[in-house]
Amino acid sequence: MAASAKQLKKYRRYRDVMTDVLKRGAAVYKNKDGSEQLVIKSPYTINYVHSYASDTRFFLGLAQNRLYGSECKGCNYVFATPRSHCMFCGEPTEWKRLSTKGKVHSWTTCEFGGEEFLKETPYNLALVEFEGADSLFMARLKECTVRDIYVGMPVEARFAKKPEYLVRDIWVVPSGKKPVKRTARKAVKAKRR
Amino acid sequence: MVSGGLTKFAKAHPEMDFRYMVKNAYDYAMKDVPSLEKKDIDGSRISYFSDHFTRQLKAASMVQDYLGLNPKGSMRIEWGGATGGEAFQAGFEAVASGRMNVCLVAGFETMSRVQTWKGNEFIALASDTNFDYPIGGFYSGYYALMVTRHIYEYMRKSRFAHVKDEREAQRLAIKEASRILSMVSVKNHLNAMHNPYAQYPKKLTVDDVLRAEMISYPLTREMICTMSDGAAVCVLASEEEAFRLTDNPVLIKGVGCGTDTMRLADRPFGEVPLLKHESREDYEGLDYPGVHSFRAGRAASLEAYERAGIEDPAKELDFIELHDAYASSEVQTYEDMGLCKYGEGYNFVESGAPFLKGMDYGFPTRNAGQIPINPSGGLIACGHPVGATGLMQAVFALWQLQGTVKKHFGDSTLQLEGAKRGAIHSHAGTGSSVTVSILEGVN
Ligand SMILES: [Zn+2]
Repeated sequence: MAASAKQLKKYRRYRDVMTDVLKRGAAVYKNKDGSEQLVIKSPYTINYVHSYASDTRFFLGLAQNRLYGSECKGCNYVFATPRSHCMFCGEPTEWKRLSTKGKVHSWTTCEFGGEEFLKETPYNLALVEFEGADSLFMARLKECTVRDIYVGMPVEARFAKKPEYLVRDIWVVPSGKKPVKRTARKAVKAKRR
Repeated sequence: MVSGGLTKFAKAHPEMDFRYMVKNAYDYAMKDVPSLEKKDIDGSRISYFSDHFTRQLKAASMVQDYLGLNPKGSMRIEWGGATGGEAFQAGFEAVASGRMNVCLVAGFETMSRVQTWKGNEFIALASDTNFDYPIGGFYSGYYALMVTRHIYEYMRKSRFAHVKDEREAQRLAIKEASRILSMVSVKNHLNAMHNPYAQYPKKLTVDDVLRAEMISYPLTREMICTMSDGAAVCVLASEEEAFRLTDNPVLIKGVGCGTDTMRLADRPFGEVPLLKHESREDYEGLDYPGVHSFRAGRAASLEAYERAGIEDPAKELDFIELHDAYASSEVQTYEDMGLCKYGEGYNFVESGAPFLKGMDYGFPTRNAGQIPINPSGGLIACGHPVGATGLMQAVFALWQLQGTVKKHFGDSTLQLEGAKRGAIHSHAGTGSSVTVSILEGVN
């Protein structure tokens, strides 16, 4: 807490308290009945070590431009979002390379989001039916806008050139779309706003 | 259930931390039944959703401590958005099993501690953090994905079946469904004008809702509940204890609970588990649940109806307080709970059935009063302090069935004439778990 008690500002609106606390470290909320509450800033950051465990091959696959799902040898169900045991019969599954072509099962355009992704809005999310898979896969749907998208729209997967080893190393674009140059993509974004 | 208490749900309660909020609600509940004393309480079940919001692990212990209930037994209950409903059923089980004669169930959430976008991020961590969160997944986005498919299945394929151009048909279907979802938002906000505990009572028009800021297409800000601070408390007792304490208890007639996959992408495509008034032919060619319906809500309803002996819920229930975190999930829930068949949710809204009689919503509501849904204003208008929400519904249902709405609200507008039986419905992220509890008046 940087500010000393003498410098604390007092506010009647909680929103103003919050703004000042985040800026200066502390502030005082003045209640209707005259009572005062001290509000302080409380930062919190963590670096986790994280294992993808038995889903690892999926994430390594993305770095090689490959989409892996998993197939149950007990009931032949193909999971587009991999899992190492089948949720129906409990048998272990085997890795199966999936087609990167599919269709939009459902979609939305997010104009708002969690803090981490606010700067990327607006962005589209889609649940994708990849050919040959029985379950869906959730991904970003890029290079199109709210006006272009519809249920059933053919899409195909794209892979990150520099993998982050996160699920966002894969996304989908409308089928047959030529790779958009960086400048052109910016222009599309500007037009949308 | 013998008593209940609430704090007003608000954007922020900087004058009360979570312990004070629960204490306020607890004192109210204790005062409402003068013969009830602390020594009568055998133990507690305490619920809150997120340790990220409290930044205090084991906060439930601090509530137990602050209420002075030590050394009695307690457990913390957490199950996402359905935390309150689960806690209610945990309290029910503690009493029904004979372990306790009187159980205190208390829930709270303090979501004001971070800004809305950070709150969205915290809540999004209740989706799969390997597969769903890193692409920018957050809850309004997930519910939008679900309603887009719901609109495709049930609006595109019915009212716009005649439109040949696929994109045009889908545009028209989304527009029409958005108008109907807005009617739900208007209803809940207007009902809340008569509920002093509600966070956002207001009179809106359909156009106001449609023109509000777009959050995740096609859901606008007014179709989505907000983050809140608040607490709620229920006192549950065995039959003998209940009648010793009060002459106006409410019977918990049946409870049900269901679950589904955490990831939307994993939802299977199978058959509808049928309620008594439905038949297999009703759903020929329908892949269920996919992402258009909440299978957990159907499973919870089936169990609760079975235990309460309900065959046709729309006829046998007098009202429902259900989990309308989104106007869309309210409509989807009508179908899961069997108030109408799957696919009839939009018609059900337009029929007026879920509206209150005698209120002017600004559009016709022909069958108003048939089965009022969220007479309190629901989550959309009351707020959604997660751990308290399901218990808030129980408190509203208690007062409704006791006929004490006027006493607690200072306004009798929302008191339903002759309400004998109601349901409460609590729901966690994208329908990954749902509880339904049936309550009955005994007088
Ligand atoms: Zn299997």
